[in-house]
Amino acid sequence: MDKQATRDAYGKALVELGKQHQDVVVLDADLSKSTKTADFAREFPERFINAGIAEQNMIGMASGLASAGKTVFASTFAIFATGRAFEAVRNSVAYSKMNVKICATHAGLTVGEDGGSHQSVEDIALMRSVPNMTVVVPADGVSTGRALFALYESKGPAYLRLGRPAVPVIYAEGSPFEIGRANVLRQGKDVAIIACGIMVAKALEAAEQLAEENIQAAVVDMHTIKPLDETVILQMATETGAILTVEEHSIIGGLGSAVCETVCAHHPVPVMRMGVNDVFGQSGEPDQLLDYYGLNVEKIVQNVRDLLRKK
Amino acid sequence: MKQIDQQQVQRLQEKAREVRRHIIAMLGQAGSGHTGGSLGAADIVTALYFWEMNIDPNQPDWADRDRFVLSKGHAAPLLYAALAERGFFPVEQLQTLRKLGSPLQGHPDRSKLAGVEASTGSLGQGISWAVGMALAGKMDRKDYRVYTLLGDGELEEGMVWEAAMAAAHYRLDNLVAFIDFNGLQIDGPVKQVLSPLPIPGKFAAFGWEVLQIDGNDIRQIMEALDCARVVKGKPTAIVARTIKGKGCSFIENKVEWHGVAPKGDEIARALAELDM
Repeated sequence: MDKQATRDAYGKALVELGKQHQDVVVLDADLSKSTKTADFAREFPERFINAGIAEQNMIGMASGLASAGKTVFASTFAIFATGRAFEAVRNSVAYSKMNVKICATHAGLTVGEDGGSHQSVEDIALMRSVPNMTVVVPADGVSTGRALFALYESKGPAYLRLGRPAVPVIYAEGSPFEIGRANVLRQGKDVAIIACGIMVAKALEAAEQLAEENIQAAVVDMHTIKPLDETVILQMATETGAILTVEEHSIIGGLGSAVCETVCAHHPVPVMRMGVNDVFGQSGEPDQLLDYYGLNVEKIVQNVRDLLRKK
Repeated sequence: MKQIDQQQVQRLQEKAREVRRHIIAMLGQAGSGHTGGSLGAADIVTALYFWEMNIDPNQPDWADRDRFVLSKGHAAPLLYAALAERGFFPVEQLQTLRKLGSPLQGHPDRSKLAGVEASTGSLGQGISWAVGMALAGKMDRKDYRVYTLLGDGELEEGMVWEAAMAAAHYRLDNLVAFIDFNGLQIDGPVKQVLSPLPIPGKFAAFGWEVLQIDGNDIRQIMEALDCARVVKGKPTAIVARTIKGKGCSFIENKVEWHGVAPKGDEIARALAELDM
């Protein structure tokens, strides 16, 4: 299986988007080599602005540029985009419905060796709680490109969550992608695994293994956390009667919470949330960290077995 | 440079008085809001809206318009008074300030009211918006100019200096920032709370052209704006010494009038003073 980091796919798609649309402006906060906006900067230096290590101002400037008709893509690490600059995102971007896309890389534990200070496990919760904000967490390189173009077309504030390491490419080029519409990647009657981001590939692998045990697990790529595809969630709840959510994010406030909110309100079934269990990360290799915090295929398989006992 | 004659100065002085009357009336009606800072900066905002800026109330989204960002968003009554007087919306609407469902929010909301360029109120963010607008102007090779107004207390926000650094770095000579230097903030004199002084030296060190004026003197404001127009390669900061509450003797220079509205007799007294 091919591998590609979603940030690499972002960098490439951004250049394509810039070629097609003159109104695309890109901002970065001294991390363009890491976020991959450097590709755009090389191609369109007149439409790239380095804000320096000043994330709040980057977001404020983004709103100013957007108010003058630009479609602005602002990038830095997720921890800074959503943490450091949170209130600017809230008041300057979302409150004013500005056409600013916050495309943050290095989200989650898989930042790796830089450690817990840089591993954002709260960003989905933060962005999801803000009115007017669309939140997209693509699973692979292909869907990242599709998401970027879709976000360009949908005017308004958005948060795109991207990762650092290369992850399996699970979609074929040209696969459908619609904001707010989850992709059911695998059908199954026993349990539904609803995942986002880099955990989707692991969920698919887990479903393969479960099939060998005669457990039929559906797999859903919930790439849009907001607006949430409640139809698919409720369909899964009805058809399978048990849901496992998997995300590289805190179990508080992210995909798991969003799914629970929907299920509790409309069709209660047992839900188990896999994610970072209300702790900070630490230094380590990305895969080591995923293992350490229980976000691997083995653990998904095991949790599905446990969950089925609660049905 | 524009010619400044005494007649224009007098016209603007009268307009500023009208703006102040609106401020008192709408704050009185609202029962809450920021009186001192709105009155103190009235001359600056009046000079911008009735002399300096190239704007069209009938086309608030006109791409080539000059832009004003009220970074000290709590002076919203001042912005609303200027916009209404300039014809962006009916003067009667000022009476809806801070009322449920009104586009005249407690702090300016761009998405609710035409003419409001940026949603501000969280201090430090407005100047960032203004820098972004000025960058867009340069990018599009447009001639429009961007103006912003900051409080002196607002300078305590770190974001202001991020924006100031960016504005100088990108040589935004289409950007002018007024600093409403009235020396007071909610908890007391700025010197006591957390001194942002010296203000001119700070902006100069950040690479800005700096002018210092009496911000309640219309002619000085007009002249400073003229000077800013010919500055090339850097943004201009106009440090405008003002009297907080200017125009109403019992409000002037009183820190307790930062965030309260006039009530009952105070309204009549303030309006009477402004009529003199």
